[in-house]
Amino acid sequence: MGTKTKDLWVLLETNEDGTAKNVGIELLNPGRRLADKQGGKLVSVVIGCHTDAAVKEAGVHGADQIIVVDGEEFRRYTTDAYTAALAHLLKKHAPTSMLIGATPNGRDLGPRLSCRLGTGLTADCTALDIDEASGNIAWTRPAFGGNLMAVILCPDHRPQLGTVRPGVFKKPDVCEDRAEIIREDFHVPADQIRTTLLETIREASAEIVDLEGADIIVSGGRGVGGAEGFRVIRELADVLGGTVGASRAAVDEGWISHSHQVGQTGKTVGPKLYIACGISGAIQHLAGMSSSDVIVAINKDFDAPIFGIADYGFVGNLFEIVPLLTDEIKKAKA
Amino acid sequence: MNIVVCIKQVPNTNEVKLDPKTGTLIREGVPSIINPDDKAGLEAALRLKDAKGAHITVLSMGPPQADAALREALAMGADDAVLVTDRAFGGADTWATAYTIAAALKTMDYDLIITGRQAIDGDTAQVGPQISENLNLTNISYAEDIKVEGDSVIVKRQFEDRYHIIKAKMPCLITALSELNEPRYMTPGGIFDAYQKEIKVITRKDLDVDDSCLGLKGSPTHVVKTFTKSAKAAGTVVNNLNPQEAAEYILEKLREKFII
Ligand SMILES: Cc1cc2nc3c(=O)[nH]c(=O)nc-3n(C[C@H](O)[C@H](O)[C@H](O)COP(=O)(O)OP(=O)(O)OC[C@H]3O[C@@H](n4cnc5c(N)ncnc54)[C@H](O)[C@@H]3O)c2cc1C
Ligand SMILES: Cc1cc2nc3c(=O)[nH]c(=O)nc-3n(C[C@H](O)[C@H](O)[C@H](O)COP(=O)(O)OP(=O)(O)OC[C@H]3O[C@@H](n4cnc5c(N)ncnc54)[C@H](O)[C@@H]3O)c2cc1C
Repeated sequence: MGTKTKDLWVLLETNEDGTAKNVGIELLNPGRRLADKQGGKLVSVVIGCHTDAAVKEAGVHGADQIIVVDGEEFRRYTTDAYTAALAHLLKKHAPTSMLIGATPNGRDLGPRLSCRLGTGLTADCTALDIDEASGNIAWTRPAFGGNLMAVILCPDHRPQLGTVRPGVFKKPDVCEDRAEIIREDFHVPADQIRTTLLETIREASAEIVDLEGADIIVSGGRGVGGAEGFRVIRELADVLGGTVGASRAAVDEGWISHSHQVGQTGKTVGPKLYIACGISGAIQHLAGMSSSDVIVAINKDFDAPIFGIADYGFVGNLFEIVPLLTDEIKKAKA
Repeated sequence: MNIVVCIKQVPNTNEVKLDPKTGTLIREGVPSIINPDDKAGLEAALRLKDAKGAHITVLSMGPPQADAALREALAMGADDAVLVTDRAFGGADTWATAYTIAAALKTMDYDLIITGRQAIDGDTAQVGPQISENLNLTNISYAEDIKVEGDSVIVKRQFEDRYHIIKAKMPCLITALSELNEPRYMTPGGIFDAYQKEIKVITRKDLDVDDSCLGLKGSPTHVVKTFTKSAKAAGTVVNNLNPQEAAEYILEKLREKFII
């Protein structure tokens, strides 16, 4: 497929209530840098139902143009409806590239689009740049369970597509809304949507856990010893105004729900402060939190790999240190 | 019912180590395994077979060594195995991989195709949905439970903090999570039979494909560089403070950094 513009697109996925998912706003940040280097506009593509709130968010976070597809059939993601809508838009406007949040939906949609349009897709990127020599986007992504980083180009096919991990980039600052809004009247007939949602089940314990947006995260691992052990973690998180995270070992033990998991198969986080308690620091865990600004680790084992990336590491029993720290912070804040 | 399970042979990345001098992956001596999500997908297919009867074919694209993964799948209870292999397929990215696997699937009978969500080496999670696009099937990603009712599948799909129960008519494609189940072991009889069975080999000449879409040269994406993450420099590790001193020390650092 050829291109008609030098524009760079960022998909803004929406929630069922028409508000924006964070990652679509975060991606306007690297998107701006790439669009400027390519010499094109930064375009936010909003798909959903009753999307005014999302459109506004994109506008005040710096999109030059917003393309909107709004309809009841887009309230919830379906592979068929979203692929049809985006394939239509990409063919019609033919931008150079599109960034998609590497959410469960984004990672379902991206591959369908790459085949429908006959172009390449780079998965789950954590850094983005322009390759100076060729002008292509240089997509950087982890592979081999986070052991290896790879830089990927898509030189001869357009648009260049990539999914980008949530939580890697910060949202751009709020600015004056100057976006030009283009509404596309595109609909997908019901009989072309081949899946039916019968039911939504929430885990009994499921809460919305906004780890990606958290400034402070206190995480517990197997060292916490049980669901009960998470109490000291939660208390520390509470006095700090932070969010509770967990390693996969703690999640697999059933001590805390999956929505708290940090790491390769959990969430990627970038808080100002990450306190790891009783977490050994396996590569898959580090993959999700190593870009935190300040990392504090508490672990009994002097040789735990987590100390290799901690700014401040403490060898000791978390059940002794954490409650005392909670008390000290309470006193300091009083 | 015909079920095809796509399995990829992968190095056990848990055992991949870095060469501290060169910063490259040491792959020698790392055992090859069936990708964990794929093994769970196979187990799900075997359970459907146990419950309702089904014919299960496992398919792998890769070098001749992938034979071992296919024989393991046969020993677990798969009925047939297909190896898609040719020098022309080498170096394929996900796009070219899915194109080739889809072309092989077009020569087979299927009601349900199961892939893993993600291979633990390439880690892209793209091949499943890409195969379904090539075959113009719908797909359901991240299955934690699969049921068959009449001509439809009902899948419990993991989604953020909740599950979706999604129904689709067959034929369709499902990507499976390793959380789906605990895969069974091979049986001694199964192992014996697996080595008696013939594995069907599909090469370039058996497929109706465009050569410009195969292998490295048919791949839209190229890996141009790999490197290992420069580990963040370690900070201070303190192991001589009592818990009270440690708590005070942390507080002091958080104040210095203006976090409190
Ligand atoms: C494909 C794949 C994906 C994965 N994805 C993830 C992921 O997303 N996130 C993730 O976290 N892991 C992931 N893992 C798992 C990962 O490899 C590790 O198994 C896991 O992170 C270990 O969790 P842990 O550190 O809590 O447990 P352990 O490794 O068992 O460590 C427990 C630590 O607690 C310490 N400890 C014990 N008691 C105390 C105490 N009282 N006080 C202080 N310290 C104590 C011990 O010294 C030890 O270091 C993945 C693995 C695979 C194969
Ligand atoms: C470091 C590195 C980075 C890469 N990054 C990208 C990238 O960003 N984009 C890209 O297009 N390619 C990329 N590739 C190429 C990609 O890894 C290969 O094409 C690979 O063969 C398939 O992708 P995957 O391992 O990610 O599989 P996934 O898409 O993660 O696999 C999903 C499922 O598809 C099925 N499947 C996948 N491969 C096979 C097979 N050979 N036989 C049978 N079933 C299979 C399995 O059921 C598997 O569970 C990269 C390769 C490397 C080495």
